Parts: sequence; structure tokens; C-alpha cells
Amino acid sequence: MKNRIYSRLLKDHMASHILNLFAFLIVLFFFLILVMLITKSVPVIRKNSIAELIFSSKWDTDAKQFGFFPAIIGTLEVTLLSMLFAIPVSMLTAIYISEYASSSIKTSISAFIDVLSGIPSVVFGLCALLYLVPAVSMVMKKIFSIQTTGMCVITASLTLSVMTLPVIISLIVESLQLVPKELREVSLSLGATKWQSVKKILFRAAGPGIISAILLGFGRAFGETMAVAMIIGSKNKIPVSVFSAGETLPSLIVNSFGEMMSVPLQQSALIFVALILFIIVMVTNSVAKMINIRLSQKWRY
Amino acid sequence: MKYLEEKLVKFLMVFSVLLTLTPLILIIGITVVKGGGALINNPEILIKVPGPKYLLGGEGGFFHAIMGSFYMVLPATIIASLFAVATAIFLQLDYSSRIYAGYIRIILDILWGTPSIIYGVFILVILIFLQQRGCLLAGIFSLTLLEFPIITRYADEAISCVPKEIRENTYSMGATRWETSVIKIRYALPGIIAGILIGLGRGLGDAAAVIFTTGTGNSLPGGLLQSATALPVIIYQQANSFYVSVRDQAYAASFLLIVLFFIINVISRHFYAKFSKYVKG
Amino acid sequence: MINPAEIKIRNLSIEYKKAKKGFVKAIENINLDIPRNKITMIIGPSGCGKSTLLKSINRLHDINEEVSVQGSLEINGEDIYYSGRPVPELRRRVGLIHQKPVPLPLSIFKNIAYGLKIHNNIHKDEVERRVIEALKKVHLWDEVKDRLDSPAIALSLGQQQRLSIARAIAIKPEVLLCDEITSALDPISSGKIEQLLVTLSEDYTIVWVSHILRQVRRMADYVVFLYMGRMVECGEKEQFFEDPQDSLTQNYIRGLFT
Ligand SMILES: Nc1ncnc2c1ncn2[C@@H]1O[C@H](COP(=O)(O)OP(=O)(O)OP(=O)(O)O)[C@@H](O)[C@H]1O
Ligand SMILES: [Mg+2]
Repeated sequence: MKNRIYSRLLKDHMASHILNLFAFLIVLFFFLILVMLITKSVPVIRKNSIAELIFSSKWDTDAKQFGFFPAIIGTLEVTLLSMLFAIPVSMLTAIYISEYASSSIKTSISAFIDVLSGIPSVVFGLCALLYLVPAVSMVMKKIFSIQTTGMCVITASLTLSVMTLPVIISLIVESLQLVPKELREVSLSLGATKWQSVKKILFRAAGPGIISAILLGFGRAFGETMAVAMIIGSKNKIPVSVFSAGETLPSLIVNSFGEMMSVPLQQSALIFVALILFIIVMVTNSVAKMINIRLSQKWRY
Repeated sequence: MKYLEEKLVKFLMVFSVLLTLTPLILIIGITVVKGGGALINNPEILIKVPGPKYLLGGEGGFFHAIMGSFYMVLPATIIASLFAVATAIFLQLDYSSRIYAGYIRIILDILWGTPSIIYGVFILVILIFLQQRGCLLAGIFSLTLLEFPIITRYADEAISCVPKEIRENTYSMGATRWETSVIKIRYALPGIIAGILIGLGRGLGDAAAVIFTTGTGNSLPGGLLQSATALPVIIYQQANSFYVSVRDQAYAASFLLIVLFFIINVISRHFYAKFSKYVKG
Repeated sequence: MINPAEIKIRNLSIEYKKAKKGFVKAIENINLDIPRNKITMIIGPSGCGKSTLLKSINRLHDINEEVSVQGSLEINGEDIYYSGRPVPELRRRVGLIHQKPVPLPLSIFKNIAYGLKIHNNIHKDEVERRVIEALKKVHLWDEVKDRLDSPAIALSLGQQQRLSIARAIAIKPEVLLCDEITSALDPISSGKIEQLLVTLSEDYTIVWVSHILRQVRRMADYVVFLYMGRMVECGEKEQFFEDPQDSLTQNYIRGLFT
């Protein structure tokens, strides 16, 4: 009896130590990534200054010049365009599913969208490559009589928005469902139309949830690598229009991996890209957290 | 006026729903038709490894990638789940203070939002440092890193949702922190398993984390330190091929992935129902 | 007092710290002796700190960072907050049945076996015997004997309440703290529980929170009246009801409370 309690306590203490170790490992791992990416980018930062790396578009592997400006612009362009399309569509769809649809439609569409949010990005890339790319190319030729391959910024953006839709929608639906029923009923009983009550009440009540859903979709689009690499056309030039080929930071890593890995400096250049990505993730995360805290304080119904 | 607005908005909504569903249905349709077709024409690609001129349209299939995916995703998911559940338990107030848990959650959120390519690059840097070539083991680690924050998030959410009365009850009966945690895990099991399966799905579908870390892998993975490849990687590599038969194999592989996803989804629902009967009335 | 005090509470104060808003004093400077092998019933209006007091006897406030407990609390002459004895061991000796029944996410059988198994190295058959014994004591056995392996959550609220009583008595504590355990029960089951507690009081010291004055008149040996975190009055039942000293008590037991 006595011994049992002590052996239980011992087990508990051991569990506590092991869990502490795990937590320590996470912190360690995080800083390890950061430190490794930084140390490995040092060679290229020594050669070209950070400003040069970020703001120059010169790309000459022989002269050891690496300007990531085109890829940065490309990333921004692709991500923002895809969000431009995905945000309104996903919000409207989510509101429809959560507020308007009958419950059987609701469950079936949500289940379908749930399944879809797991489909691998390469599958999206593959289908886009086969159908969207020729379609864009044809439209360009027919309407604007411009000759392109169809591998361009707009193709990538469209694919990304389709890809992020299920993710954003299911999160928005979730946060809308968390809004208490009474709130809706009160508003409807005051003679507001459904849309008015959505606009005035639900958006506020579910605001933080909606915003974090959108930010999540943004993160997905921004970090997506393979699908973009397959269809963006991989040109390391500032895309002059949405119909020109370009490059995003992640696709740049994948696409120039083979040719560049052999030379240490070029290797270092690509790792620097990964470092930029990681820093952007950290910054957006903190901003998102701040917005969320602000909003949930302000928008308490 | 407000009724006009209501009508207009409703129209826009239905339109959005169609805009959402059409491409998604198309994608599934295309994959099923093209990939399924390729499989029916030539079912042995599922069980054959690449022949000598495979990428030039020659003999062979992608069995090596199926096995590669399998050998990488399963161990990665198991390791990541263990870490994830342990972390989620640690984040509870039984083991850590609110502030400390808050800091770790910030780190986890960042890891969660980190594009998988960064994990790939990270493992690659380690490989370069160790002067190792890409191998199965490195692929397992990349996927573990990728899946860990995902599963942790779901596990943390599920365990945090365990009513505090459960904890009060077990403690008041004289349970230790560990014994209480075990009960909490039991309670959160439906959510944890859903999270594990989502993590598994992400690992299965991700190419960016493993594309640099597993080597060339054009044959069956021979051992932990041998090169390997995964289904999404060959889809990426073969999608642009000149040879129709090679492209078709990419479709067949996509089809296989989608089928696997549906299976995972079904399993997930099954487990959810099975374990939630102890939780909900 | 006829019996030596089993539980001696001296200068007990309990505070809940609230984020930013200071703290709530839930119990203020209580001194109380609870006799052995008797039923002591605690009454008082909602929110007066009854549950808080019970939890402190089980040291359950330890699991909550935001609660601070001051004062001394002796059981059998041993200060439970300052003896070196492991807390799980203390809690085993002081069973607490919560106000709201919460089945563990396990089967009916395992819910009761849980406490037995964590505290004792006993054989399966013995576990089974004691589970059945506990279920019979709370008059739940007949209702659940065919579905011991089904989830406990599927039981009705009253059944869950009896299950949690069975869970507490299965580990054979020395003190039994009952927080409004009959509030979810119909008169018949609640009568059975009352009988059970009377039998149990031969071996256990029972502290029982109840809102039902008639039940208190029926069941109590001693009565304690709490009001806004303070103890207003305590005493043997007859004296407490026949001749209450404090005007607050008089109003409360006459139902004149505002
Ligand atoms: N976790 C908590 N955090 C903050 N304050 C609390 C907490 N639990 C209880 N309190 C406060 O402590 C006081 C006493 O609560 P307690 O639950 O002990 O009341 P009670 O007498 O059991 O009431 P009831 O008869 O309704 O169960 C109340 O004012 C309550 O608001
Ligand atoms: Mg209470």
C-alpha cells in the first residue's frame, strides 16, 4: 500500500520530467531551425548585402549575384491575387452553408469540403497543368491574341484560390456555428432580414474566427510550393502582367534546387530564401495574434 | 430595398457555392477519370518498380513510390503523434504554468504555419552538414517535423476541451497528474485521432518536405539509409513529362492518393464515432 | 461534543484570484469541528462557499493555481496541508462526491474500478467483487448489471449521481464529503441514498451539503450554517433548529430569507 503510492508518485514525476524534455525539444528545434538557416545564409549575405539580395533583380549564378526581388514580387502577386478571389467566395459560401442551407445540404456540403481540404497540392497542380494551363493559353490567344504557354501568375493564383477555399470555408463555417443561436433570433425578431443580421451581428460575433480563417488560407497560399512550381512557368523576372510567367519564393527553391545545390554559395542563396520565408511566417503570425487579441476584446458581441 | 439586397446577396452566395464546388468536383472528376483510366489500362503499374527506361516511357510502374510513401508516412506519423500528444499534455495546466504554455503555443503556431519546404530545407542542411545523401530516414524526419505541429494543434485543442470537472473528479479520487492525464487523453481521443489522421494525410500528400531529402529513389527503398521516393514527389516529377505513359502514371498516382484520402476520411469518421460514445450521450 | 473531532478547521480562509479584478474571498476565517462517525450537514444560500469548503477538505484547491487556502485543517490530528503525506493518499482517505455528477469517459464498470485500481494492487476478481458491492450499496446494481461494459455517459442523471457515489465509496475513504448529492434524484432514490448514508455514518465521517431543509431535519446530527463565506452558527440538530441563536439562522430556517 505504502509502496504503491510512492511508485505512483515516481511515475508521475518521471512523466513530468519527460514532458518537460519534450517541451524543451520543441523550443530547441525552433531555435535550431532559425540558427541553421541563419548560419547557412551567412556566405551569401557576406557576398551580396541583404538589401541587394532582397531588392535587386539581377540573377547571375556565374557572377554570383542573386536578387530575389522578382520572386518576392511574384509571391506577393500570386498570394494577393489568390486571396482576392478566395476571400469573397469563401465568405459567401460559408455564410450560405452555415446560415441559409437546409441542414441536410449543410452536412453533405461540409463533409465534402472537409474531405477536399485534405487533397494534396500536387493533385491540384497536376489538374491545373493539364486543363487550366492550356485553357488560359487559349483564352489569351483568342481574346488578346498573345502567345503564352499559359504557365503564368494568374494560373497559379487561380489554382491556389481553389486549393485554399475548402480550408477557409470549413474554418469560417466552424466559427459561425459557434455564435449562439439567440443572437440570430433576437436580430431576426427585430425585423432584420437574414443578410442584415449576418452583416450586423454575425460578422462581429464571429469576426476573430473569420479573420484567423482568412489568415490561415493566406498562409497556405503563401507557403504552397509544389502546385505553384508546376504551373507558374519559373521565370526569375518581375512578372510584368498577371499573364507572364514568374516565380515565388518557395517555387524558386524547388525549381532551382537541382542546378544550384552543387555550389556552396548558391546553396546558401536558396537557404537564405527559406530564411526569408520563415521570418515572414513569424511576422505574420505575430501580427495575426495581435489582431486576434484586439478584435476579441473589442468585438464581444 | 432591404429585400432587394437580400435577393442579390442570396444570388451571389449560390453563385459562390457553385464557384467553389465546380472546380473541386472537376478536379476529382479529372483525377478519377484520367487516373482510373490509366490504372484500368495498365493495372500492373501499381505493383511494378521502374524498369531501366521508365522515365523515357519504358517499362515499369510506381510501386517503389507507394512503398516509399508507406515507409515514410507511417513511422513519421507514429513518432509525430507521440510527440504531439505528449506536448499537448504538457501544455495543460497540470504540468506547466499558463505563461510557459503560452510561449510554447506561440512557437507551435509558428511551426504550424511554416511551409513544408522549410522543413525540407532544414533536413537538407543537416544532411549536408553530416555529408550524407538523401535517404529514407531523412524523409521520415522531414515528415515527422511537418506532421508534428499539425497533430499537436488538434491534440491540444481536443485535450483543452476536456471539461474541467473530469480533472476535478479524478484528482479528488486521489489520482496523480499522470493518471489524470491518461483519463483526459481517453476523453479527448476522438479529437486526437482525427488530428492524427489529418497529420497522416498531410504527410502523405506533401512533396515539398521530402523532395530534397530522400535522394533519387528510383527503386524500392532498400533500407533506412537508402534513397527513396514518395507518391506526391513522382506526381510532381512526372507531370511534365513528354511521354504520355509517364504522365499517365502521374494521374494514376494522383488517383491512388485521392482514394487513400477517402479511406483515411472514412477511418477517421469511424474512429470518431467509436470513441466518442464514451464522451457524448 | 460526544465524539472526538475528526476534522478540525481553524482560521480557514479561501480566496479565488480573478484575472485583473483582485480576488473573491469565498471562505472567511472559519473555525469548525466536525465529529467522527456522524452526519454533519452544511446549509446556506447559493454561493455562500459550501462547495469551496468541501473542496478544501479534499485539498482539491491545490489543482487550481488561482486559489489560495490559508489556515489549518486537521483530520485525525494531522494537518493535511502541512503533513508530508502525499496528496493522492490524503485524497483517497477523503472521498468527495461532486455537486454535478461527471462520469469518466469509461464504461460503467471501469468508472468504479478506476479508483480501486489506481490505489490498490488487487486481483481482478477482488476488483469485480468490490465494484459490485459498491453498485449494490447505491442501489444501482439492478439497473446496470446487464450493461456494465456500456459507456457510463449513457446513464441518466440520477443514475450518474449514484454512480459517482459508488465510485467514491468503492475506495473506502474515512471521510465522505457529499455536495448536494440528492439534488438530481427522485424522492425514492433520494430516500435510498439517505438510508445508505445513515448506514455509512457508522463507519464514516460524513459532511453533507444540502439545500433541502426537510432533509437536514431528517438526516443531520450536526448542522452548520454558512452565510457569505462566514460560519454563522453550528450545533447539534435539535438545538440548531429548536433554538437558533443568530437572527440570520432564524430567518433562514423559517424560509424568510431575502
Ligand atoms: N473557480 C472559481 N473562480 C472564482 N470564483 C469562484 C470559483 N468557484 C466559486 N467561486 C466563488 O466563490 C463563492 C462560493 O462558491 P461555492 O461554489 O463554494 O458556492 P456554493 O455555496 O457551493 O453554492 P451552490 O449552493 O450554488 O453550489 C461564490 O461567490 C463563487 O462565485
Ligand atoms: Mg456548490
